[in-house]
Amino acid sequence: MDGFIELRGIRKKFQGVPAVDDASLTLKRGEVFSLLGPSGCGKTTLLRILGGFETPDAGRIIIDGQDISDLPPNKRPINTVFQNYALFPHLSLWDNVGFGLKMAGKSRKVIDEEVERMLELVDLVDHADKKPHQISGGQKQRVAIARALINKPQLLLLDEPLAALDLKLRQRMLLELDRIHDEVGITFLYVTHDQGEAMSLSDRIAVMNHGKIEQIGRPVEVYEAPSSSFVAAFIGDTNFFKAHVSGTAGEDYSRLSIEGLPDVQAYNDKKLQPGQQVFLSIRPEKFRINREKPVDTERYNTIHGKILDIIYLGSNTKFRVECDGHILMITQQHARFMLDTTPLTWEEEVWVSWNADDGYMLQRYEEADTHLLNLTAEDAVP
Amino acid sequence: MNQRKWREWAISLPSMGWLVFFFVLPTLLVCSIAFRPRSINGGIGEGWTFGTWLDVLQPSYPLVVWRTLWLSAATTVICLLLAVPVAYWLARLSREARNWMLLLIILPFWTNFLIRVFAWWSLLHSEGWLKHTLVWMGVASPDTQLLYNEWAVLLVLVYTYIPFAILPLFASAEKFDFGLLDAARDLGAGKLRAFMSVFIPGISQGMITAFVVVFIPALGSYAIPEIVGGPQSEMIGNKIAQKVFVDRNLPHASALATLLALVVLLPVIYSIITQRKQKRTGGTKRQ
Repeated sequence: MDGFIELRGIRKKFQGVPAVDDASLTLKRGEVFSLLGPSGCGKTTLLRILGGFETPDAGRIIIDGQDISDLPPNKRPINTVFQNYALFPHLSLWDNVGFGLKMAGKSRKVIDEEVERMLELVDLVDHADKKPHQISGGQKQRVAIARALINKPQLLLLDEPLAALDLKLRQRMLLELDRIHDEVGITFLYVTHDQGEAMSLSDRIAVMNHGKIEQIGRPVEVYEAPSSSFVAAFIGDTNFFKAHVSGTAGEDYSRLSIEGLPDVQAYNDKKLQPGQQVFLSIRPEKFRINREKPVDTERYNTIHGKILDIIYLGSNTKFRVECDGHILMITQQHARFMLDTTPLTWEEEVWVSWNADDGYMLQRYEEADTHLLNLTAEDAVP
Repeated sequence: MNQRKWREWAISLPSMGWLVFFFVLPTLLVCSIAFRPRSINGGIGEGWTFGTWLDVLQPSYPLVVWRTLWLSAATTVICLLLAVPVAYWLARLSREARNWMLLLIILPFWTNFLIRVFAWWSLLHSEGWLKHTLVWMGVASPDTQLLYNEWAVLLVLVYTYIPFAILPLFASAEKFDFGLLDAARDLGAGKLRAFMSVFIPGISQGMITAFVVVFIPALGSYAIPEIVGGPQSEMIGNKIAQKVFVDRNLPHASALATLLALVVLLPVIYSIITQRKQKRTGGTKRQ
């Protein structure tokens, strides 16, 4: 069902500085939706507005056709897993999980049954009598989830729930969260600055920056078809090229001229006309590196360059290649086996090629976003 | 004894010594005087006796003890009721505003305690400013007596002890994680319910401290009932003073002081024992 939860034009300023600037979202029933962005992008403010802890300056929140914008937190069909878990230190895990039902005035019997069920869901029945300070971070996390789910909310908010856990535990909890979501089927709104978490868990992602939503889409959409240089640079790594449309190349493709390079082709989904300026984003793994010049094929771009750096990372190898004043970051999986039998070395002359479909035209470009790239500033695109 | 234990002892030795010489020993001395006869010239006589304790059981005392207890208890309850919201409010203020407020709270301490009590006396006096205002407002009649009763004593007790309640409660509230209130609200608790079920347990340590530092000194009040109270609002402190200064009966005064100390000590000992027991059984069980 479409439009189960709707945020319309949410705005919030703190001391005159916009934290959330005209954010609109639509969540489908049962989906895992992520708000992804760097710290200070407004994602937590948006979450707190949804939870009822902040009052927006403007905008409405509608859940299942009901406007809940003016309801206090305790009247909203929304529960939250807080970043630091916020477990009640004076209560046992059992009473922590049962808190919501107790507030709802449920009978002892109902509370006992439900708490038992929730603790089973998160596999903590054996620890029910412990206090929060007696359990580990991962266990606290699971208690927080059980406590938030027991009231059967229409929407579960998760505020950087894995941020306080170490890497191994984080990966385990991701799988755990996925399992819990499959079991309870509640809509999840997941706030994180970690693109890996967002990509692996979410059905859809909203990428936020400076209080604005930059792009909403499935993980593959935001990765493969970023709308802005921010999205392209924040999610994964990329290479930017400043180009002019110099002509057409078949029906859907354009010929682009980039300073210092031979003309390249790119898929023109933006319907740009010759003469217009455009910024191109090409992911590092989209490039192929070869010692020999590849045979020209219709939709392939090939340029000549020289290897500056090789960073061997085991599962892949990163190359920094200089092509006529442009410095490219290129990633090759299993480089050894895909390339010539003798591995590439520094200073070697190579051919770099990519498919015309893999150069993606951006709608918006900000010079500042190049700082998000793994390249250092002086190495960035001139 | 290992090195660390020894060092811990060494560090606490000066304060322990101070407490033993200037607190424990004098208290024991006072206790022992309660078992001595009085000498005719107002001092302590030779030998030992239980006679004083029989005098202490005279019928006028239960009333004074009862009044002392209820005035102290009421003072404590009112101080806590007023101080908890103040502590909450202070803890939520910005650091700068909070420091100013704390300064204002301890500001009265810069004036001598007796002078502050006399200030209340002059406020409450028949010709005092407060009395006149109340009469002018039509709340009180010209012959209403604000002074020399239990209510005046209670008022000044609360006034005197409220900073002592605010400070420990604030110390606790400052450490309280206010995110827990959000969590409680999120889980369906109304504002008041969240406050009562999460904030109050969260500052329980401060509540206990506030209780101790208000209730126990209040029990021993002497100057306040002496100045703003009357014969019908005497507390046990006044009786002790009367026995020392007027009747010159030191053993009797000592017996009363011992009685007061026991009233204070028994609940403390009880709570220590129950806490030990709780620790041994490993916390509370699921109800």
